Amino acid sequence: MLAQSRAQVPSNGHPKFSLEAAGLACVRGRRTLFRDLSFALAPGELVRIAGDNGSGKTSLLRILCGLLAPAAGEVRWNGEPIGELGEAYAAELLYLGHAPALKDDLTAAENLRFARRIAGDDADQQAVREALAELGLPDPDMPVKKLSQGQRRRVALARLALPRPPVLWLLDEPFAALDPGAARRVEALIQAHLGAGGAVAYTTHQPSGLDAGVTRVVALGEGGAPGGGA
Amino acid sequence: MLGVARAVVERDLLLALRRKSDVGIALLFFVIVTSLFPLGVGAEPNLLRAIAPGVIWVAALLASMLSLERLFAGDHADGTLEQMLLGGAPLGVIAAAKVLAHWLVAGLPVVLLSPLIALQYDLAPALYGTLALSLALGTPVLSMVGAIGAALTLGLRGGGMLLSLLVLPLYIPVLIMGAGSVELASSGLSPAGQLLLLAAALVGAAAFAPWAIAAALRISME
Repeated sequence: MLAQSRAQVPSNGHPKFSLEAAGLACVRGRRTLFRDLSFALAPGELVRIAGDNGSGKTSLLRILCGLLAPAAGEVRWNGEPIGELGEAYAAELLYLGHAPALKDDLTAAENLRFARRIAGDDADQQAVREALAELGLPDPDMPVKKLSQGQRRRVALARLALPRPPVLWLLDEPFAALDPGAARRVEALIQAHLGAGGAVAYTTHQPSGLDAGVTRVVALGEGGAPGGGA
Repeated sequence: MLGVARAVVERDLLLALRRKSDVGIALLFFVIVTSLFPLGVGAEPNLLRAIAPGVIWVAALLASMLSLERLFAGDHADGTLEQMLLGGAPLGVIAAAKVLAHWLVAGLPVVLLSPLIALQYDLAPALYGTLALSLALGTPVLSMVGAIGAALTLGLRGGGMLLSLLVLPLYIPVLIMGAGSVELASSGLSPAGQLLLLAAALVGAAAFAPWAIAAALRISME
């Protein structure tokens, strides 16, 4: 149940956009995590960011969404550096990090709705309930503090199932803590998003049903490997 | 943009409502501190009347500080702050909304309670208005200045202590103007000058603090 994306959708049904990472380098402390990293992401493409723990996968995602400045290089959205686009770029992306961005004292539905409102859009109660049900959470009024880690992850991932999702999804370990059934639901959402002309970059250590459809693997490794291999 | 700010305020107020103890502790602290002084210095009405503005203002200032450390810490720890940085409004607007919610929870109750506290100090009823007005103008400044410190010390070890050292000196002008306005009024002089200075500080802080908080948050999140 993937509704239309926010980006302009031309007559061929696919929104036009491009994300380019050009010559990226990331240094944390005295360690170079990666350098000379370049790749692009176009509508319908799925990029898997691979690498060992501490190789810079999360840092790369944070650089791609503008939360972290690269030590060198730049990220461009439709040819424009993302630093100059500000909220215009933020409106086009959905970033789900390690932390689920949920408040224990709010219900699953309240969390999801506030997350959407803070992102600059809104979703009605029915859409929120449907999104949570799609991720296998039958009780949207359950406080998040009473949910298991896997269920909390599902609440965070339910943003993917809301109508009018942003075109670019940057997902950090989306399958972590999920049972096989929930992982399959998330895979289906990602595939539907790609089918509707969206693009996804994700990190994972686990084999998933998405592996066959990956357009490009960005491999990060020890010693600041350049990565970018297809 | 205003929809995002409204969402942040509504969310923080709802969270405050669900975590009543957090709000209650700061308010209880204000009441207890202000109640200890009459017990400590003795029931000497002239002395109590003389120290009332300063004591009430210092207690309000410390009560405001109590909840400052948590202003961004929870959002930082659970990943919400990252989502706010990628939110649908400039970070300055989101920061302003956070500060407004903080003041509604930590500052406004102090303003509303202040006439009741003034009773303990035998303050003349005619001064209640000046006291409440000075707190209404001054406590938002405390929230805004404190939020800059909270953003700068976000995620630091011993951030609470550093926050106090950073922010308390900046509170001094507000404290002098706030307590001074009530003292002037109790001496039969017009407090208008001090209150106008507080109002000017409020306008200045409202104009600049949100952007300073946003810059500090970006530095802390790197």
